[in-house]
Amino acid sequence: MSHEHHHGHHHHDDDDVQEHREHGAPLSPVELRVRALESLLVDKGLVDPVALDALIDTYETKVGPRNGAKIVARAWVDPAFKRRLLEDGTAAVAEHGFVGRQSEKLVVVENTPQVHNMVVCTLCSCYPWAVLGLPPVWYKSAPYRARAVIDPRGVLGELGVSVPADREVRVWDSTAEIRYLVLPERPAGTEDMTEAQLAELVTRDAMIGVATVAGARR
Amino acid sequence: MNGAHDLGGMHGFGPVDIEPDEPVFHHEWERRAFAITLAAGFLGKWNIDQSRFAREQMPPAEYLATTYYEHWLFGLEKLLHDLKLVDRAEVLARERDPASPAAPVSGSRVLDARDVEKALRTSRTSKADEDVAPRYKVGDHVVTRNIHPIGHTRLPRYARGKRGVVALDHGVWVFPDTAGNGLGRKPQHCYSVRFEARELWGEAATARDAIYIDLWDDHLEPA
Repeated sequence: MSHEHHHGHHHHDDDDVQEHREHGAPLSPVELRVRALESLLVDKGLVDPVALDALIDTYETKVGPRNGAKIVARAWVDPAFKRRLLEDGTAAVAEHGFVGRQSEKLVVVENTPQVHNMVVCTLCSCYPWAVLGLPPVWYKSAPYRARAVIDPRGVLGELGVSVPADREVRVWDSTAEIRYLVLPERPAGTEDMTEAQLAELVTRDAMIGVATVAGARR
Repeated sequence: MNGAHDLGGMHGFGPVDIEPDEPVFHHEWERRAFAITLAAGFLGKWNIDQSRFAREQMPPAEYLATTYYEHWLFGLEKLLHDLKLVDRAEVLARERDPASPAAPVSGSRVLDARDVEKALRTSRTSKADEDVAPRYKVGDHVVTRNIHPIGHTRLPRYARGKRGVVALDHGVWVFPDTAGNGLGRKPQHCYSVRFEARELWGEAATARDAIYIDLWDDHLEPA
């Protein structure tokens, strides 16, 4: 099999791997390496194998962008909550129980007709895990990390977000342990929607600032 | 260090490619690499800045040719090797022979499965409780230091020697430029500093746009 994971941005060889394994083919070099390292850590008593499964399950099934979407929807319907959220994001999301790793301090930045915010981590992959889960590949990839700060309007344009010339673009480079969440603009025509319905409109990418929230469900 | 990780402003990587309905992990080995990295972090043998610095030390050509969790693996193996917890030779031997010996290590605080939820919720590694006076206040004009340390720094290359304005004071935090190099916590204020796009990128940038970067007292001088 080819080892595409050595060449950047393609991640679709999983099926190949599964198939090879079912047919008894050898593991790829990186699979061998991870398996060797994990088994050594377990044998030495440095990791608890049950804890490993719990960590994976947490970020695969429990913590994800639906957390952030609930926060955004609440802010759209509850002006007092929105004020608290923009004043002290950490405390306001803790009201919802969303606290913890990679979110020691959360700052929420609001998109308005005057300002469009977007978030990047040029040095690594800092991302507000507690409200968005683990970052997608594109967020961690070289193209986004390289271009978000030097050509934010170009990146946004390619992703379908056209920022008017009279609107300021603010790029937040997360170089510390402070994490940033974008509060997107509430779309027009959603006045009659419930908080739960609004939360369903909110996407991960809108909370990173590389998408806007569409009003009507497709 | 001026490594391949410091990507802000580079050209030539192509478009941002968003995968629709992307899964959290693309391969089983990514799940395992993620989990062992997080679990090993809870051993308390290194801090988050040291783990970032370990990944940054991947040779640049290799860093750019590999994926995210391969960076994590490189960093984890380096830390485990340097701290004499898991030797590289042991990993190679175990790759060849699943029954190869594992050299014992002295007692460690291991993350127990029952503590995972609590550990993730209370994980608080970098906020400092010390009462340290801020050197700057919101609205102050600052200039970043022009430094090129061979060790770990959170001052990106694209923002060195640049003028900005303090926008937010985040309070007192551990200083990564010392903590990441094993030189202590050196707690100090961290700020969000606003840089006009044209200060960083010249006249071709849009005049009204700005970049906000989180920087510490020791990265800044009065302007």
